[in-house]
Amino acid sequence: MKIIACIKQVPDSEAKVRAENGKVSWGDAPLVINPFDEYAVEGALQQKEASGGTVTAVCIGPESAREALKHALAMGADDAILISDPALENMDTQGAARILAAAVQKIGGVDMVVFGRQTLDNGAGITPAQTARILGWPMLGLAGQIKVQDGGVTVDRVIEEGRQTVGAKLPVVLSVVQSIGEPRYPSFMGIRKASKATIPVWSLGDLGVAAPEASVKRVELMNPPVQETTIEIIGGESPAEIADKLADKILAEKVL
Amino acid sequence: MKTFVYIDHFKGEVQPASWEALGLAKSLGTASTVIFGSGVDAITKTAFEYGADEVLAADDAALADFRAEPYASTLSTLATSRSPDLILFPMTARTRELAAMTAVDLNTGVLTDVTALEVNGKGIVVTRPIYEGKLLEKAVCSGKPVLATIRGRAFPKPEPDASRSGTATNVEVQANALTEVQGYSASESAVNLGDAGVIVSGGRGVSNNPSLQPPAGMDEKQAELWRAQQGFALITELANVLGGAVGASRAAVDGGYIPYSHQVGQTGKVVTPDLYIACGISGAIQHLVGMRNAKLVVAINKDSDAPIFKQARYGVVGDLFQIVPALTEAFRKKLGK
Repeated sequence: MKIIACIKQVPDSEAKVRAENGKVSWGDAPLVINPFDEYAVEGALQQKEASGGTVTAVCIGPESAREALKHALAMGADDAILISDPALENMDTQGAARILAAAVQKIGGVDMVVFGRQTLDNGAGITPAQTARILGWPMLGLAGQIKVQDGGVTVDRVIEEGRQTVGAKLPVVLSVVQSIGEPRYPSFMGIRKASKATIPVWSLGDLGVAAPEASVKRVELMNPPVQETTIEIIGGESPAEIADKLADKILAEKVL
Repeated sequence: MKTFVYIDHFKGEVQPASWEALGLAKSLGTASTVIFGSGVDAITKTAFEYGADEVLAADDAALADFRAEPYASTLSTLATSRSPDLILFPMTARTRELAAMTAVDLNTGVLTDVTALEVNGKGIVVTRPIYEGKLLEKAVCSGKPVLATIRGRAFPKPEPDASRSGTATNVEVQANALTEVQGYSASESAVNLGDAGVIVSGGRGVSNNPSLQPPAGMDEKQAELWRAQQGFALITELANVLGGAVGASRAAVDGGYIPYSHQVGQTGKVVTPDLYIACGISGAIQHLVGMRNAKLVVAINKDSDAPIFKQARYGVVGDLFQIVPALTEAFRKKLGK
């Protein structure tokens, strides 16, 4: 099986992200592979182990995004491709989906494209389904478990209401959720291999597509309003007394 | 403005944010609700009661289970023939896929996770949290129609009026399914934190009750999980008395104490309940961004320096294993349950 894992690089989730002069700033916090995408790489590697084949990690981003691809390589991906072009700076999700679909076509013979459920930055979580739509492939979203058999894929789809078993024929686009299993740590050998790997860079020209026009545009960036909260610590002689006081306070706020 | 409101439901159970979207659409102009499924008469009736000017229904066995491909094709065909200015969706697992694909078909964009919407000189301008809620952006969509998924509890729910009624207009079904739903199991932990008015959450501290003696023969990890289960049982009891849902911090989810569908913050859900009670949660930044817009935050923690106290209106520095059951008891009495 030929498997693609789509990943993105984002500021670390511990980063203090702020709006500064209309731009997003994350101070000196590191850029990392989007945490959800580590699950995508994990899911892709599990399928490779189950059915044989290769895993290629693909990332759209600036030169620095190489580090995210190296993380995927260190986890066990066979190769990696960076798609980088100055014209992609302000693309929206559909633009990203068009580029990724073009990359999947260029790679050719792909059976499975695996995404994380969303990114930590924009967080829209719609690129996977848009990529599937553009490719004309089935979308199996929010997979907690993936099984490939006889040219078909069955997933355990995790939704608010419970779990569904959903099937489709290959090739497919998948997005995975955390129940796929904890992402494996990069091995020592993996890290060595990743540090030596050559990662090709594809431009829009290499993909043979024009810069996508963005429909969705940011017009303003803001820091959330600071909430002034003064805390009142509830004390008492016994848990029962504290609970009684606290319950009265909560009831007086009329939130129930 | 002419707005379509997509009513999201699972086996006939409507996601409440669908009606909130309908209320928003009514405030902007005319609202046509769009209902897909098999046997949706009851939903049609409710849609009229909530104020729909029109109900566009695709009621067909081929649409019995939600599947993104036929739903998107049916919606985009409908939108092409009727040219709405805006299509609103409540934000759910299903509508993310549906809106995503419909936007591709109509060559437009989706504004996701919208918490506020205004119409001004720039057109439809939405506010949406990004970077896990650490930032807010205002965004526009230059395509037409504009697609937007709205966050639960961000817009007021209209009052239903039982005297309103009407007849659905049937729309053409596109049955181009590429996937097959083969089975379903309602999980015990099925939870919708986005719609919850009250959330009681547990963190790492929930497993930290040394006075509990686990059954013999458990290794350290098993004992930790066993303790966590006892802890979450207390939290669930309090949530039940308050008619609320059970949430969790990432530490609790990573520890395997509770399924990740309960997770608040960062990789989990951003929630806006009226009351949020954090038990044994220290308050890492990723958690705080997920719950800081709750109307009232109450924190119970052993450590008086825990950052969660900076976010809370009321705090108890103490042992959650004593305070939580006592609080459950107090509410039981005061609420007469």
